[in-house]
Amino acid sequence: MPQTLIQPEFKVKIDYDKCHKCGRCVQQCGWNVYSFNERPIPDDAKCRACHRCVTYCPARCITIEKNDLAFRDNDGWGPALRKSVWRQAETGGVMLTGMGNDKPYVNIFDHLVLDACQVTNPSIDPLREPMELRTYLGRKPDAVAVEPDGKGGFRLAEELAADGWLDKNIQVDTPVIFSPMSYGSVSLNVHRSLAMAAERLGTLMNTGEGGLHADLYPYADHVIVQVASGRFGVDPEYLSRGAAVEIKVGQGAKPGIGGHLPGEKINREVSETRMIPQGTDAISPAPHHDIYSIEDLRQLIYSIKEATDYKPVGVKIAAVHNVAAIASGIVRAGADYVYLDGFRGGTGAAPQIIRDHIGLPIEIAVAVVDQRLRDEGIRHQASIVAAGSIRSSADLAKIIALGADVAAIGSAALMALGCHLCQGCHTGSCSWGLTTQKPELTRRVDPEWGAERLVNLVSAWSHELQEILGALGVNAVESLRGSRERLRAIGLDEQTCKILGVKPAGM
Amino acid sequence: MRYEPLLERMPTTRMPAFTDREAAFGLERPSYAAEAPFKIHGGCGLTGICDESGALMSGEVAIRAMAVQRDRGNGLGGGYAGYGIYPELPDHFCFHMMYHDTRAKEDAEAVFDSYFQVDLAEPMPIRRVKGIADAPILWRYFLEPDPHKLEDSDMSAEDFVVHAVMLINSTIEGAFVASSGKNMGAFKGVGFPEEIGHYYLLEEYEGHTWVGHNRFPTNTPGWWGGAHPFTLLDWSIVHNGEISSYGINSRYLEQFGYKCTLGTDTEVAAYLFDLMLRRHKLPIELACKALASPLWSEIDRMPEDEQALMRSLRAVYGPGMLNGPFAIVLGFNGGMVALNDRIKLRPLVAARQGSIVMVASEESAIREVLENPDIVWAPKAGEPVIARIEGFEQPIHGGLHLPAEEVSCAVTGTAEVCETVGVS
Amino acid sequence: MAVTSETRKPLEGYVQADPEVTIDGNVATIDARGIYYKQLNEAVRRCLAEGVDKVVLQDVNGQRYIGTGIRGADKHIEVFGTAGQDMAMFMDGPTVEVFGNAQDGVGNTMNAGKVIVHGDAGDVLGYGMRGGTLLVRGDVGYRVGIHMKAYEGHVPVMVCGGKARDFFGEYMAGGTLVLLGMGSNSDRPLVGGYLGTGMHGGVIYLRGEVEPWQCGKEVGIFEADEDDLARLRPVLEEYCEAFGVELAEVLSVPFTKLLPTSHRPYGKLYTYV
Repeated sequence: MPQTLIQPEFKVKIDYDKCHKCGRCVQQCGWNVYSFNERPIPDDAKCRACHRCVTYCPARCITIEKNDLAFRDNDGWGPALRKSVWRQAETGGVMLTGMGNDKPYVNIFDHLVLDACQVTNPSIDPLREPMELRTYLGRKPDAVAVEPDGKGGFRLAEELAADGWLDKNIQVDTPVIFSPMSYGSVSLNVHRSLAMAAERLGTLMNTGEGGLHADLYPYADHVIVQVASGRFGVDPEYLSRGAAVEIKVGQGAKPGIGGHLPGEKINREVSETRMIPQGTDAISPAPHHDIYSIEDLRQLIYSIKEATDYKPVGVKIAAVHNVAAIASGIVRAGADYVYLDGFRGGTGAAPQIIRDHIGLPIEIAVAVVDQRLRDEGIRHQASIVAAGSIRSSADLAKIIALGADVAAIGSAALMALGCHLCQGCHTGSCSWGLTTQKPELTRRVDPEWGAERLVNLVSAWSHELQEILGALGVNAVESLRGSRERLRAIGLDEQTCKILGVKPAGM
Repeated sequence: MRYEPLLERMPTTRMPAFTDREAAFGLERPSYAAEAPFKIHGGCGLTGICDESGALMSGEVAIRAMAVQRDRGNGLGGGYAGYGIYPELPDHFCFHMMYHDTRAKEDAEAVFDSYFQVDLAEPMPIRRVKGIADAPILWRYFLEPDPHKLEDSDMSAEDFVVHAVMLINSTIEGAFVASSGKNMGAFKGVGFPEEIGHYYLLEEYEGHTWVGHNRFPTNTPGWWGGAHPFTLLDWSIVHNGEISSYGINSRYLEQFGYKCTLGTDTEVAAYLFDLMLRRHKLPIELACKALASPLWSEIDRMPEDEQALMRSLRAVYGPGMLNGPFAIVLGFNGGMVALNDRIKLRPLVAARQGSIVMVASEESAIREVLENPDIVWAPKAGEPVIARIEGFEQPIHGGLHLPAEEVSCAVTGTAEVCETVGVS
Repeated sequence: MAVTSETRKPLEGYVQADPEVTIDGNVATIDARGIYYKQLNEAVRRCLAEGVDKVVLQDVNGQRYIGTGIRGADKHIEVFGTAGQDMAMFMDGPTVEVFGNAQDGVGNTMNAGKVIVHGDAGDVLGYGMRGGTLLVRGDVGYRVGIHMKAYEGHVPVMVCGGKARDFFGEYMAGGTLVLLGMGSNSDRPLVGGYLGTGMHGGVIYLRGEVEPWQCGKEVGIFEADEDDLARLRPVLEEYCEAFGVELAEVLSVPFTKLLPTSHRPYGKLYTYV
């Protein structure tokens, strides 16, 4: 009987006339595609098209092609579905994958266009005139109360000044932060790169649920520390180090699903950071077992606040059908920000069936949450963080116009560090040294190099956002935030437009 | 006094018949909202002049100031508000009314008769002016709330009046309240401002504060009510420029219950002032700092106390910040405040001559009016010019307690707003 | 009452009628009071075409486009009153002297000639000015000297005697821009923020000092040295002569020089698709 019915997805072609026979490809590939017998011999079946070997081949003699085997046409049974059936018939396993939903759902971002000024109001030159991206994340007072300062002017009223609300807001210099990716799912060098970049950019990185490695303590003012259902690495010290604490309820790539970091990834340092024994599996339960209802969330939010002298506490949820009501409850429970993760968001590992079929697009989630919070008059009580496939500064501007305060980027940040979206994060063999703990792979990311690339990416997006603001004739990002009047839809149905609060183009 | 001969006819609801335009032309009766189904774009010119001593100036000053700025408009809207202009009846609420036809007038007067004591009702004095056509029927009424009705309503007099404005604007088709404050009035219409000024015989009125506006809409206005100033009780707002942040400003206000339906920046500015000055009781200076916020880089250089205040103002009222080019004048019985955007994208010139403070889009307007100003200056971007009549009351509109929905309904009278408060 | 009440002018603001013109030899005097800009500027152009060298405009108040688009190096216009928007725009050669204040947009895209303003001037002064000289005795507004440029023989010079607001010398690409901070009635700083932002050519001289935060990131701040002062001297002499100011007083305070650090300040901003 054949071992498998599944044929390789890719073909690795080597032009042996050009090949130096240097073995670099053998050494670079994390997937063990190559063996070496006088020359490199590829095993196509192992290739994930991550292009590590292609990038490092000094002779530029490797190409990766699609193995485009013909299948008899069947609109219902595409090749991917047939392969899944074969794979599961062979193994009896749940299909596991990495990164985000890759199915061709309508991408709303690509059906939204932005406005610009012509004549009746001027566009503004973002290079030479002020163009402010500074954003405060957190709860704002209902109103500003003032009192005379005794010198003919005014100062904050005593109760407001004493409340110190401003100190409980986090200032970011650009409305882009890094999404939570745990140490364990990604390497320490990735964490170092993110932390250094966050500090230089005046923004935030997020530990994910894997604890905060001691190397990152100097960057703590730019780190959000996460508390998830596994409570890995959570102790008072950890909570007190972050700029904010985030309770992770769910993740866009796998709403309602817990996590599982296999024991092979739990080396000494991961074990110390997560505060669990080396080599044991790190299991995050699907729910927090101290949150079975909204009042329990409130209880947890306030226990964290009590433990941290009232630091900002955010709550991250996956965008699901009832996201507006859930977010409203979260705000009323006392959260300082709500982190919404759309269904295209990435993951280190998720069942494919969950990743590809559960949740909502982030565009819809932000639109309905922002509107609901406004309808209830509590929009100012919490900021909205949006994530789940923010792919460019255009997506960034559009999600802000729909109502987000800041966007979080994870996949884009990993791509800045070399990720090619090969969806092999769960294997622990990432050739780019990102989603792995193998020392020979993790050292491939030099944190200084990584930080520079992340700073470049976010700076470039920030410049582009400034260009967009300038074209819109506003010079502060708060004038775009929630300004759906500056968006129009092309090719979206009436109901979707209504839900987004966006008029069709031409209106 | 000008309207003396008419005093003996008060109170009255039976007025001479006016041309029924609907019958004559078969026109639809317009509602105020017909002005702007979509956002209106446009530029403009403006002026404001206030004698802080309370001394009165002829309305001629406002006409003159606007006339030299004629080229800033396109003849599709001009208007004024004058304060202190009715010293004979200073404690009466004065309703300046626009009617599309006599039926609208009768219906509105029925409202006046049932809720108010009408001490004087008369046609607005007007003269024929070349270039002014299609004027609505214009009347004014000096009213006091019926004491019994007021007591029954359990409202302040201001609330009572705004309620009546709401009722008329929303339920009486073809009737519109141009202004409803005490000892003040708005005079506006479709035409160049100097023509509108002549039309209303503005030079015969005397006021301590005047604001004027010249409009350059890029669409075709359908109704006189759409001209500036916008009013709410004794407030009047004129505005030049287009606020690029309209989208978020209106959604921000909706969070507090205001309904922005006209698509005009002026409406947004009026509600923002109402929110900050009346409901949040911010001093005018600080409300202006919220509307035209200092840059973060400026805030970062301020002394610590001021930083905390400015940071708070900006962080809390950021969605209400007016972003984009504007110059704006708010007139009220206590004076006026003029403000322009934080990077000076629209012009504003100010001057002082003794107790008189004046602002305009162009210096020529000031030179036209003030014989010998002590100082003429261009205000710093985002720095308000404030003129206060001695002894004016704060908070402004302190007697108004109505919720935002009702304020919006009173200002716009559109069905989609008023239905939410159960009026129409 | 302190405000104008005499009916000296029509309430219409301006009337569309030809102004009264008095010609005395080479000099034409026009009573501009209440005359619409179109008729006023037509009269000016007519006088110049008829060979008059100097046109004196009396009682100007806000009329736009005075001296706009006129040519000829030996022509003079004197303006008494407040000059309106876009004065001397596209002007190519003549001299316009204002005894009073000027509103916004003076010297917009001016090619050659000279503008002298004895009072203050408004916003966007000398926008895109390619040549000629612009001298202002008093304060100036926002975005002054914005995108001044130089081209071959054309090198524009602007001297502002008073103080300036934000965006002074924004996008400056050539020429000389001078700010003296003398004779201002206001107690505000010499100049606002965003000074020389986007500057990529030309030179700015300030009489006095600026803080680094006031300047765009594209400029370097230097002390003006002997060579600079030698270069400045003829410009300042022209200013002093125009307004009767002592050169020694102008030179009594050290000057600061601002230069662009790059002719291509945004060379690294872009990447290619």
